Amino acid sequence: MTTTSERNVTGTSFTRGLGIVTLLGIVLLVVLGLFVSPADVNQGESVRIMYAHVPGAWLAYLAFVVTGISSAAYLWKRTRSLTWDRIAGASAEVGVLFMGISLVTGSLWGRITWGTYWTWDARLTTTAFLFVTYVGYLAVRGLGGSHHQRARRSAVLALLAVLEIPLVHFSVRLWNTLHQEASVAGRGTDVTMDGLMLFSLFLGVIVFTLMYVWLVLHRQRALALQDMVEDSGLDAALAARRAEAVV
Amino acid sequence: MAHDLPVELSDAVAVLGAFPVLAGANLTVQRGEIVLLRGPNGAGKTTLLRLCAGLIELERGRGRVLGHDLSTDRWAVRHRVGLLGHANGLYPDLTVTENVAFWGRTVGASDAEIAAALKRMALDGRLAEVQVSRLSAGQRRRTALAALVARRAELWLLDEPHAGLDAAGRDELDEVLRQAARAGATIMVASHELERAGTLATRQVEVVAGQVRDLGATS
Amino acid sequence: MSETRRAFASVRATARLIAVKDLRIERRGRVLTNQVLPFALIVMVMFAFALDSDAVLERVAPGLVWLATLFSTLFVIARSFAVESSDGALDQLRTSGAPSAGIFLGKALALMVQLLVLVVVLVAAAVVLYRADISWQGGVLLVTTALAATCGLAAVGTLYGGLSAGAKGRETLLPLLVLPVVAPVLIGATRATESAFGTNGIAVGEGWPWLGLLVVFAVLFSVTGAIAFGSLLDE
Repeated sequence: MTTTSERNVTGTSFTRGLGIVTLLGIVLLVVLGLFVSPADVNQGESVRIMYAHVPGAWLAYLAFVVTGISSAAYLWKRTRSLTWDRIAGASAEVGVLFMGISLVTGSLWGRITWGTYWTWDARLTTTAFLFVTYVGYLAVRGLGGSHHQRARRSAVLALLAVLEIPLVHFSVRLWNTLHQEASVAGRGTDVTMDGLMLFSLFLGVIVFTLMYVWLVLHRQRALALQDMVEDSGLDAALAARRAEAVV
Repeated sequence: MAHDLPVELSDAVAVLGAFPVLAGANLTVQRGEIVLLRGPNGAGKTTLLRLCAGLIELERGRGRVLGHDLSTDRWAVRHRVGLLGHANGLYPDLTVTENVAFWGRTVGASDAEIAAALKRMALDGRLAEVQVSRLSAGQRRRTALAALVARRAELWLLDEPHAGLDAAGRDELDEVLRQAARAGATIMVASHELERAGTLATRQVEVVAGQVRDLGATS
Repeated sequence: MSETRRAFASVRATARLIAVKDLRIERRGRVLTNQVLPFALIVMVMFAFALDSDAVLERVAPGLVWLATLFSTLFVIARSFAVESSDGALDQLRTSGAPSAGIFLGKALALMVQLLVLVVVLVAAAVVLYRADISWQGGVLLVTTALAATCGLAAVGTLYGGLSAGAKGRETLLPLLVLPVVAPVLIGATRATESAFGTNGIAVGEGWPWLGLLVVFAVLFSVTGAIAFGSLLDE
């Protein structure tokens, strides 16, 4: 089996297969979600945003968990490998994307249904914090240094985020119990789920997860190639440097 | 272990960003030696010292400092070396005594040892209670060296330590270094002061374009 | 002495050494008293200009106190590490033999003391500017809240300060990294302070759960910080 580095592309037969399945899934989701499944009794057509918002939110948290686990795997001596670091980074990048999608769709949904772009319920606020925290994480990944320095720094940061996010969620929830307005934000629970709607939602979660896996696999390999380019650049630079001494 | 060499570098490569500052350095230093690192600016002397201090990563090649492998264990090295770079590592708002005492106490030095270090660098007189920000560059250098003395490192890594010192100060520094070497410390000095080669160093090496050339023992 | 006992003693000794050093530098340099406090007070005045209503100000006084504290904390953290990187002391700390947990606890302790001074002054300013009112029972709550909140802020600040210390282009990361993490402190401290002030008729008793949150936060980040600081301090 040729490795990614030997072929200089990030696709394998596995990802190609996965990609096709995902694409088909997306098509099916679009058809079901946007056309075939019924509109909601209360919300009308706007409930269809749910098929993008809920999976997006699910993925934001999945990405967060994956980054956390990969970071821990990198830090633990026995499993230390830059692959874990790249998975953490790729997951964070893809995660930030889905966090953004979740926040935007959630905001729009709220606007259409309840007239407000934003409420301070715990889930939405925590997602916003997750988003900002990961923007910071990605900024720190870009600070430079050797591959291992980057990996160690980011891994510690990711684990700190694992500590921080539940704390944020808990405090916002505690905070919300003070404010009666929060009960209005029972979004998602207001929707009485028809069988087909439930199925479409489920499909959405699965399709988005497949999309996530596909994106992370590719991105992780691209990062590996990027690291390799840097390393091979080193060989040329070394040769040039050594030549200086001969003169 | 008693027979561990203080420094053993074999084809060591260290990078700054993407640039290989050290491009395959080979160096072995025996205990008690005072090695002078010569070479043009940009040759990699500072990086070599920082590598031996365990502060930067060994990108390629092999390196052992004080028995610790630089690839896997460089954090353990740090606490056994004393590094003096271009900066002095002092706190400008604190006095000379406070600075030396602080650094000495990080390794648990006693008051007597701290006083001795100050005396060694002639800082126990009127300068003792002066804030570092009010000192001249040479006096700050001496304070930094006193702090180094107080820390009783096994391997001393000095980057241009003579800079800013007057002639008396330089001789005094050399005497301090010789004394430390006699007491068992190993010393590496990067310097442009080539006269020191004869009087101070036991061996010289030249660092050029990231590599090391042994110039042999000084006569 | 056993290995662990000796390690703990070393951490404690280092922490004390570094905390004393940092506070002594602050006493000499007077950055907190001459620069940060005036900044914080001006922020409090600016809030009054922006909000333009005595009734509103009295209601939100607790929140403003902690907001001003948060913003000022960023400066105090930056200063704490600027002191280390101005003359290469950071490298000396790395090669010093001092355990990194000790360095963390020492700097965090010094930071906490400075933040406490800040909070005391700002609470006094709130009483004066926003006509807030404290009862005696509220006072106890306020003191414990200040201790727990500043401890949490100091732990987080030292941790991320260590990360952003040194290299150029990193100091600007500090606010982005710190502010999201300390949101629970802002929420908890503000609610507890509201109870202490009796704002909006909130009883003092309602503040204690928030104090619990602050204590948990402080403990979690102090312990995690002591463990993680070494890796972040590295270049």
